[in-house]
Amino acid sequence: MNVLDSIWLIPIFPLLGAALMLFAGRYLDPQPMSDVAIDPALAEELKDDPEYKHLVSPATAHHGHDDHGHDDHGHYHVPPTRKFVGYLCAGAVLLSFLVSLTAVIQLAGTESRSHEVVLYDWLSALPMALTNGQTVTLSAQLGFLLDPLSAVMLLVVSGIGFLIHVYSTGYMAHDNGYYRFFGYLNLFVFFMLTLVLANNYLLLFVGWEGVGLCSYLLIGFYFHKKSAGNAGNKAFLVNRIGDAGFLLATMLVFVTFGTVRFTEITSAVLHHPEAYATAAWGSIGVICLLYFFASTGKSAQFPLFVWLPDAMEGPTPVSALIHAATMVTAGVYLLARSNVLFQLAPEVSPIVASIGALTAIMAASIALVQTDIKRVLAYSTVSQLGFMFLAAGVGAYWVAVFHVVTHAFFKALLFLGSGSVIHAMGGQQDMRHMGGLKDKIPVTFRTMFIGSLAIAGIPGLAGFFSKDEILWQTVSSPLGSNVLYVVGLGTAGLTAFYMWRMMFLTFYGKPRMDEHTAAHVHESPAVMTLPLSILAAGSILVGWLGVPAAWSALPSFFHSFEHWLHPITGIVVQTVEHAAEGHAESHDHVVLEWGLMLLSVTIAVIGIAIARWFYIQNPGKSQNVQQAAPGLHRFLDNKWYLDAFYNHFIVRRLVLGGGHLLTRLDAKVVDGGVNGAAWLTRRISQISMWWDSRVVDGAVGLSAFLVRAASIPIRFAQSGSMQVYALVIVLGLVVIIGVYGRF
Amino acid sequence: MANHLLSIILLTPLVGLLVLFCVPSSNKQALRLVANVAGLCGFLISLPLVFRFDRTIVGYQFLEDVDWIPFLGVRYHLGLDGISLLLVMLTTLTGFLAILSSWNAIHDRLKMYYSMLLLLQIGMIGVFLSLDFFLFYVFWEIVLVPMYFLIGLWGGPRKLYAALKFFLYTLTGSVLMLIAMLVLYFQHHAQFGVYTFDIEKLLQLSMPLATQQWVFWLLFIAFSIKVPMFPFHTWLPDAHTEAPTAGSLILAAVLLKMGTYGFVRFSLPLLPDAASTAVIVQVVVGLSLLGILYGAFVSLVQKDWKKLVAYSSVSHLGFCTLGIFALNPNGISGSILQQINHGISTGMLFLIVGVVYERRHTREISDYGGLAHVMPKFATVFAFAMLSSAGLPLLNGFVGEFTILQGAFERNPWWAVVGVLGIVFGAAYLLWLFQRTMLGQITHKENLRLPDLSLRELVVFAPLIAWALWIGIYPKPYFDVLEAPVMRIVERVQPGVYPAPDALRTVEVANQ
Repeated sequence: MNVLDSIWLIPIFPLLGAALMLFAGRYLDPQPMSDVAIDPALAEELKDDPEYKHLVSPATAHHGHDDHGHDDHGHYHVPPTRKFVGYLCAGAVLLSFLVSLTAVIQLAGTESRSHEVVLYDWLSALPMALTNGQTVTLSAQLGFLLDPLSAVMLLVVSGIGFLIHVYSTGYMAHDNGYYRFFGYLNLFVFFMLTLVLANNYLLLFVGWEGVGLCSYLLIGFYFHKKSAGNAGNKAFLVNRIGDAGFLLATMLVFVTFGTVRFTEITSAVLHHPEAYATAAWGSIGVICLLYFFASTGKSAQFPLFVWLPDAMEGPTPVSALIHAATMVTAGVYLLARSNVLFQLAPEVSPIVASIGALTAIMAASIALVQTDIKRVLAYSTVSQLGFMFLAAGVGAYWVAVFHVVTHAFFKALLFLGSGSVIHAMGGQQDMRHMGGLKDKIPVTFRTMFIGSLAIAGIPGLAGFFSKDEILWQTVSSPLGSNVLYVVGLGTAGLTAFYMWRMMFLTFYGKPRMDEHTAAHVHESPAVMTLPLSILAAGSILVGWLGVPAAWSALPSFFHSFEHWLHPITGIVVQTVEHAAEGHAESHDHVVLEWGLMLLSVTIAVIGIAIARWFYIQNPGKSQNVQQAAPGLHRFLDNKWYLDAFYNHFIVRRLVLGGGHLLTRLDAKVVDGGVNGAAWLTRRISQISMWWDSRVVDGAVGLSAFLVRAASIPIRFAQSGSMQVYALVIVLGLVVIIGVYGRF
Repeated sequence: MANHLLSIILLTPLVGLLVLFCVPSSNKQALRLVANVAGLCGFLISLPLVFRFDRTIVGYQFLEDVDWIPFLGVRYHLGLDGISLLLVMLTTLTGFLAILSSWNAIHDRLKMYYSMLLLLQIGMIGVFLSLDFFLFYVFWEIVLVPMYFLIGLWGGPRKLYAALKFFLYTLTGSVLMLIAMLVLYFQHHAQFGVYTFDIEKLLQLSMPLATQQWVFWLLFIAFSIKVPMFPFHTWLPDAHTEAPTAGSLILAAVLLKMGTYGFVRFSLPLLPDAASTAVIVQVVVGLSLLGILYGAFVSLVQKDWKKLVAYSSVSHLGFCTLGIFALNPNGISGSILQQINHGISTGMLFLIVGVVYERRHTREISDYGGLAHVMPKFATVFAFAMLSSAGLPLLNGFVGEFTILQGAFERNPWWAVVGVLGIVFGAAYLLWLFQRTMLGQITHKENLRLPDLSLRELVVFAPLIAWALWIGIYPKPYFDVLEAPVMRIVERVQPGVYPAPDALRTVEVANQ
């Protein structure tokens, strides 16, 4: 069976799941009104009111804010229809994964390794003039493109997506809004698959906005909490700022190329590079910069990363799926997808690399002082995304995508593991109240142990291979530099430190929770630990697809990631500037590569050792550091004051202040003019009334009558008999025309 | 019969009106029933237009042309092209939904209320079908009267102020339009020796640029008040806020489009040299962009739910006028599509306010909060309307906005830059509104027992939701019907820039 022509099915399955949840969810998983629906103060007030008493459940009046509405008082039975909801939605994603896998295998067997399925012309508007003088129709297809790049993303999204669905059936089992959660999650997978399968920029934008919507819905899943609503809004709006860049870039692509289809743009560039390789900051440069700007929103880079840490308000599986493994890597995907354009605009790449490096070290520094386990992971994600942009910025697109894949495994693992910890702790997320969990939740501990080694860059695990390759490319690429390398290396050291600080605080040492919580600590059910184990295996194995070039003794299988992506990321646009380039593999290179590898491993080990010294061997010493440099700690704790800056200057001053100012302007000046005109009319008519009654009325009766007749229209204007007025106008019109018509 | 389809569509509400007069005022159920049947018939009778419309015909179809006032040269001339097709369908659908949505909302003077809605319907359909400027003017004025009464009799606390403001403001514009119309009328006589208000014949006028320009400004004020464009918009928030739900729905969905329709049907084709003058384009586009941002900023800080939606209209209509004055095919076609989209999305948003207003009798945003807990279906529909209005891809708003912005970008990228900012803010005020009304916890005990959407209310929303999805997922048919009329307008304002289909040129020749 040829699955390649049916790749449009891949996003359809989760869409159907989402649609079913929308229409039938409430019947499959009936819900009483949430017991946190009512404000505690109101509930207190109403609990004796005979009219409302029955609406206020006893729990409501003194309900605290816990993370996932978790009930300590025992695990009630999960009704079968609710189980069905979970199986159905997870099954939809599994189907997508299986179809994707079959399609990718078939793709590998084809010559071109590129297959396009066009369903229909989605946007098909009218003619448009291009910058080169041609006229084409503005159109974009609903079409899907399966090539090595989308294949990689497809497998990651549907595969890891499926594991997280399975995990969620356990994690969310006792939550109000179970079907809603799975509906949103399926909808997310639909949009994410659309994003990676789209064959043009505009359809990619459909997925891009769609995943943003689902992110908004899921961050605000516990919508009774104001903080969740705020975080959702923040995510949506910050992303929208980036999206503005995406839209403008796409419009510029349209007027430059006349199409937004990837294959057509690539072939246009390859056939006529000289036509597009203009001076710095021509159309292509602006396109690249704008797409990069869009990516800083979706992929949480400086200056737009502020939404991602707040996004941790969402349930933990959401953080794992959307805010670590898949959606936030969309920006990296976009850059890899546009790599031919970036090659034509070499002025943009240093900006990408610098922003990536800056974000990496900035987020890592903030992660050092976080106490919320999920926030450590959130900043870690921002930092790792920075690494990916660093790779893309130095032109190593395949490495960027490689890190997307390895990161998807170990970060999904770490988030799900933290979810398991939070689950065990009854909703507690503060690491200062954890400790000593190692033996109580052994599966969670062991898998997270692997994940933390992987992210720290310990050889043999996935993170080592991808991160080390990024650092190596930063040095060896013609676009790289030593400064970028040093920043990257420093970030790697910080990463090892803060990740192991998290591990030591959570799992080692003495338990610091209260007795009640300690008594309830339990390992999560198999539906949750099994995905952890699979992800842990992936966090080791996936890296071996892209071993360093210096390990040339290994067979080509171990270098297959680069080879697989070669048709996309290996395209070299031959322009004059590029002609000089040569990538000779010299012996010096190999020595240097081994040397740097050794250096980064040493740094990672030192990072872990310092964490161990502070949090195992000398607990309490970290307080001394904090006291020694209170300014620095405050600076990091306040996230470099970026949020404060935005809140104060952009949100309060500019947007809300501007809104209030304009509203006053609207009432006083713009509408004031209108009311002033009305006032003036009234005064004039009053004067005419006065004239009418005092001056004219005193005179001859006949003339008074005539004048009063003449003032009828004016008085009508005041009387409110508008229909008469309209009639007079129409009649007057007829008369005027009659008079003029004679001439 | 078949040759008089447009007249039948135009007169169906009148028939409903006559039947309504025969029903005793005391029998409220019968009045409701008759009005709803009349509304439904009005929509069903307009449906054949969709199937019988031939998009390959350039110019107007379903023509009807008879003398009305021969000594003035006024004719009863009706016709339909792709632009009016879409607007007529919007009018008949929302007209029916307005009647349907009033079932529980209005309890007094029902007979007069429904009569006014049906009369309004005649006026609006007439505006979009008239091919005679005089006839157009008559229908344009007819619309004022029922809307005045709808606001003034069934409106909120400041209804008299709002109704009078609406009436006088629009009337001021009408008077200026009248003068412009007469200038064209006499110009035609001076040039051809024939008195006529026929739009197709007026197209042949050749006027000096100066004349065109001041006629343009006269028409501009008339139309921009109706749209409304900044700074002529202040009647709108008052009218919308005070009007009953059905009135707001009609006002937003259809009435404002009379202004933009005027630009497309009269200002651009009749005064092509003036409309493409750099100064005029810059002023109108400047006001549009200002309106986009201004409306969005002001929406953001409103405390009144309905006023917020009203100001958002100012922002959205800014996109429509921006597209028109990009003067290129995508700008104009996007603008017309966006006019439909605005009718759908903002219509839904007003209906949504109506639903809660009917239950709680307050429009203050702070009186709500946490409604999603008690009204989940309602929250879902509201979220849909919000996303449609905010231009989420695969829904209607995105297609319109993107096409407009692409058109604007083609002419001047900076216009698109400002327009895109409007999209960012557009999401902001809607999301914040949603958060304050739907999310969080319930803080007012009155909100605890609000019933969710009834079946009738769902039926009101269903066609709008389906329409929004259709435009978002498969907009091609819309651009197909718009192609011929839009290309014809573009050919007038930017001759020779875009290769016109051959069919277009032959019709131009045939007209002469």
